[in-house]
Amino acid sequence: MKRKVMEENKSTREGFGEGLIEVGEKNPDVVVLTADLRDSTKVSKFAKKFPNRFFDAGVAEQSLVTIASGMANYGKIPVVTSFAVFVPGRCLEQIRTTIAINNFPVIIVGSHTGFSAGLDGATHQALEDIATMRTIPNMTVVTPCDFYEAKKAIVEAVSLGGPVYLRLERDATPIITKEDSKFKIGKIDTLKDVKDPQVALIATGPILSEVLTAASRLEKNGISSLVLNCHTIKPLDTQAIIHAAKIAGAVVTIEVHQKAGGLGSAVTELLSQNFPIPVGIVGVRDLFGESGKPDELLKKHGLTAEGIIKKVKEVITRKNN
Amino acid sequence: MKYLSTQGLKREANKVRQDVIKMITSVGSGHPGGSLGIVDVMVALYFRIMNHNPDKPNWKDRDRLILSSGHTCPAQYAALAHAGYFVSTKLSKLRKLGSPLQGHPEKGKLPGIETTSGPLGCGLAQAVGIALAARMDDARFRIFCITSDGEHDSGNHWEAVMAANKYKLSNLTLFVDRNRIQIDGPTEEVMPLDPLVEKYKAFGWHVLEIDGHNFEEIIKASDEARACYQGPTAIIAKIVPGKGVSFMEGDFRWHGKAPSPEEAKQALKELVDEEKSYGRK
Repeated sequence: MKRKVMEENKSTREGFGEGLIEVGEKNPDVVVLTADLRDSTKVSKFAKKFPNRFFDAGVAEQSLVTIASGMANYGKIPVVTSFAVFVPGRCLEQIRTTIAINNFPVIIVGSHTGFSAGLDGATHQALEDIATMRTIPNMTVVTPCDFYEAKKAIVEAVSLGGPVYLRLERDATPIITKEDSKFKIGKIDTLKDVKDPQVALIATGPILSEVLTAASRLEKNGISSLVLNCHTIKPLDTQAIIHAAKIAGAVVTIEVHQKAGGLGSAVTELLSQNFPIPVGIVGVRDLFGESGKPDELLKKHGLTAEGIIKKVKEVITRKNN
Repeated sequence: MKYLSTQGLKREANKVRQDVIKMITSVGSGHPGGSLGIVDVMVALYFRIMNHNPDKPNWKDRDRLILSSGHTCPAQYAALAHAGYFVSTKLSKLRKLGSPLQGHPEKGKLPGIETTSGPLGCGLAQAVGIALAARMDDARFRIFCITSDGEHDSGNHWEAVMAANKYKLSNLTLFVDRNRIQIDGPTEEVMPLDPLVEKYKAFGWHVLEIDGHNFEEIIKASDEARACYQGPTAIIAKIVPGKGVSFMEGDFRWHGKAPSPEEAKQALKELVDEEKSYGRK
């Protein structure tokens, strides 16, 4: 008897680590640097396999990214890893000056974003990184939604020829895409398509599994929704977002990030100037996190199917008024 | 590249100083103190020490200079122009809209500029990155970096100092512009750095201390750094800020202030008199 087996949850950082081995084998110019976090950021396999192409900068994030800039200047494709609170958090100016203005192909990997560093508390929970990185010219910003997407994202990132910020999470999360699903940086992936949607749900990162849960519950209540996986926050897939806004007439964005400056901001910047319709933003409301399990923190901040459904109902009311 | 004798270097440095004054005065903005101070090291690098080719600025095996203290770029721009990277008439465009001569250097705007710099403390780490990458590929070129002393306040710089020692980067030579001033005043008042030589020694570097206006010493120190296979070399160059213009020498107030047209006239007169004192070629 054939039985569909649900795939085991896996983290986006693990997907990144696997993809990194693949690009390491394919491209000898790819080098990896970390700031004393080789296991946590899943680069220790690369370090073992390619010891001559791996560098540990110590707990020194500023020199981590500036050394990487120098390597890219010579012709290498450096991948730098740390927790996102530290990279880009502690070295934003160096990223701006020595990587972004130079337009060097440095892949900046910020792990443990959102509430995925839950127990560590507010100091280790990156909720502002999309906002800072997406305002820097030349920078591409990508949040993979699952293990497979993270694997594909690093493979494509090293081939782009410019700086990329890759936003990862620590914890194992549901597999939403398939190993062979199409993925292209800058191109929205429609996870749920319906004929006459009443709302478009646009989300980034592993929270998409919760968005899909919300969408199926909404459907049971007679509210049809599109679910768009906006893994690339910059450059934004403007065409797909405007199209979704036109057919749905209402949009809700979802991200584990401050409401200020994240995906919700990017989408409202676009729609307010091109196709103004009611938009609701589900995110963190100008608050820091605290110690707790990721699920508990997501719940506390309304980043659950219930929170999404509540926002959808609110936006649909605005649309119909 | 045409290499100059010590006497030729002196003449060249004088011409670069005259251009520095003209450029900064023309736009009424810039950093004369640091620019005039670093001229002799800059000229020695481009006209004697470095293996480079102005006709092929992107030649893979060229020696590289990372100017960490980007605010002193007028000296680098003038030296690059005189070396043949671009026509000297462009120098008058410093800091003007649409000009390749940005207020702080930007890679890609001008041939010979190896990186974007100006925000202090991050040049040495970039030089470390190039040196590491070069070693990975068995490339034989050398990497030079110029830092100001003021940027030694920055943690980023010391992080790079440690990394250069960890990887024993003998292909890297650092010139420290020890002019003892920064924007807010003397370095030892703003944030004491002494004993700087001992600090570098403690961090595992080979250290030399020289007079940053003496070409023989600059060249000898570079040769010694090249011969040192154990690790990176720091050349602490004692430099007089504003060198060559009597009323600017040693005065921190000339860090970031352009001379008035009258002051510029006086400065140029002093430099032209100096040029005349060298006699005919």
